[in-house]
Amino acid sequence: MTDTLVAVSGLCKSYRSGAATIRALADISLVVEKGDFLAILGRSGSGKSTLLHMLGLLDRPDSGRYILNGQHVEDLGEETRAAIRNREIGFVFQSPMLLPRATAVENVALPLAYAAVGRHERDRLAEDALAVVGLAHRASHWPQQLSGGEQQRVAIARAIVTRPALILADEPTGALDSATSDEILSLLARLNSDNRTIIVVTHDEEVARYAGRRITLHDGSVIKQDAGRSIRLAGVTQNQRAAS
Amino acid sequence: MSYFESFWTGLCMLQVNRMRSGLTMLGILIGVAAVICVMSVGMGAQSDVAEQLRTLGSNLLLVRPGAQLSGATRLGAGTAHTLTEEDALLIRREIPGVQLAAPLLSRSAQLVAGDRNWSSLVAGMDDDYLVARDWRIATGRMFSAAELDNGEKVAIIGLDIVEQLFNGRSALGETLRIGSVPFVVIGVLDKKGLGPTGISQDDIVFVPLLAAQSRIPGARPASTREAMDFILVKVVDQQLMPDVANGIAALLRQRHRLMQDEPDDFSVQNPADVLNARKDAMHTFSVLLLSVASVSLIVGGISIMNIMLVSVSERTREIGLRMAVGARRRDIRRQFLAEAMVLALVGGLLGSFAGSAAASIIAWQAGWPVVISPASIMLACGVSGLIGIGFGLYPAHRASRLDPIVALRFE
Repeated sequence: MTDTLVAVSGLCKSYRSGAATIRALADISLVVEKGDFLAILGRSGSGKSTLLHMLGLLDRPDSGRYILNGQHVEDLGEETRAAIRNREIGFVFQSPMLLPRATAVENVALPLAYAAVGRHERDRLAEDALAVVGLAHRASHWPQQLSGGEQQRVAIARAIVTRPALILADEPTGALDSATSDEILSLLARLNSDNRTIIVVTHDEEVARYAGRRITLHDGSVIKQDAGRSIRLAGVTQNQRAAS
Repeated sequence: MSYFESFWTGLCMLQVNRMRSGLTMLGILIGVAAVICVMSVGMGAQSDVAEQLRTLGSNLLLVRPGAQLSGATRLGAGTAHTLTEEDALLIRREIPGVQLAAPLLSRSAQLVAGDRNWSSLVAGMDDDYLVARDWRIATGRMFSAAELDNGEKVAIIGLDIVEQLFNGRSALGETLRIGSVPFVVIGVLDKKGLGPTGISQDDIVFVPLLAAQSRIPGARPASTREAMDFILVKVVDQQLMPDVANGIAALLRQRHRLMQDEPDDFSVQNPADVLNARKDAMHTFSVLLLSVASVSLIVGGISIMNIMLVSVSERTREIGLRMAVGARRRDIRRQFLAEAMVLALVGGLLGSFAGSAAASIIAWQAGWPVVISPASIMLACGVSGLIGIGFGLYPAHRASRLDPIVALRFE
């Protein structure tokens, strides 16, 4: 039995913008073990968000292989990808993206509605997830009654409610002040210490400090990696300029 | 997400934008209300005609005298005095398929009972007439054979006469003077309502045919005493009606000694034809009005489509999020379709109430016959549901085709 959760090799993606072709990802290869906390660093336009979308099955690569939890996922149909997103992946975005017309617990339960989980079971699981992020007492509150940090914690509860194998966070503290950011990152670190696998995309070195390992992207290629116990770079290409 | 849950979410969405949802539903509401109202009035008018057809009696042919010639001027149907009681007798005996042939002789006369008086139609009949028209005696009895044979002074009266002359109390055994001749009331007819010409069929007095010929004042000249107003022929089977009509014509031509090139001095009509034509005309009119009302349903549908497109665009990020957390394209499609259907169905339901209320007000104010049928309400609701689906399909499809990444980044 392997402990590898994400195995990506030779991932390429280009976009057409008018007559020009923009290369977003160039031959990315990477392995993430279960229980890793990986930060993907890079400036705006470096391709880090595109990589996160690929890993989250929201986008398809032009070429390359992607094995998630032992399953090849790059050629799956829309329906199956939606089911895998629901079951295996939890998303945290820059803004909490809570439904304004739903209470905290209803927001957290949203992914379960697409997993054919019964109403009572849904509420129970959502309340458990809210307890994990320390907001059990705010379950019946509306999003607009919560502070920015609390809203983001509700979003994290929503990301873990289906007990996914992988949590993907896209600039999770981008809209928060530094104190609240620390709070959110500590929460993510705590979730990681509970053996949850987390990949955070950020441009902020401070955020990356919380991650066990990190890679840096530039122009769609990995330019720097902290080779560690859990992160190995495979298939280094000519595009990649290994730093340090 | 189940269908029920999608509908529930749709209902919740109505509350979020109450003003907008209300205005959107208004289109469907007005359309459905108009359809229900038009259908109710149309069905009321048709049921009125159907009731007239019912009280007319079934499988009837009306044989009327032809036009009288006054110099070169023809005076119109019924003015000639060519039909006799014997014609009726022979029609019944000679022509196969005739169940009965009832002659009727009527005239207008002044009626007096106690200190009240009333002008009405007095009709002489034999024992077949009420059978032919399927009319029943509510209280009292029919003329006996002896009363008919002797032309006795007995009368069977309609409910209007009871109302006008006897103030609604039982008239059985009371005396009623027709002109100056006293008649005893022996029967009262069932209520019939308005006839095909809009005249009350309850405003009538029946007397034995012989009594009408001999005892009613204002009788025609002696030479025309035998002449009947018309003969009502009941045919055993609807299929035989054309044959019987031809048979009657042939028989009467022969009896009236008409030469080959002479026109008929009588006419044979099917009175149900007139009513059926009226029914058809009303039906056509109803269909016309319905199609006008349906236009507003389509307009309502378009406003639903419009508002759903706005909603899809406003909630693009929500759609992206739902897709990210595992909603399939068909989940998104179903959700927006459910919202469109909820808008249409609630509008349709409210429209049904409004339409029924409007029809009731018309019935009450204008006195028109109105039929509010549950079937038409269910139909209208069904149609509004279909409109919800029809006009919600495109916005729902658009929502489901969104690229989740583009949707998540949408500002």
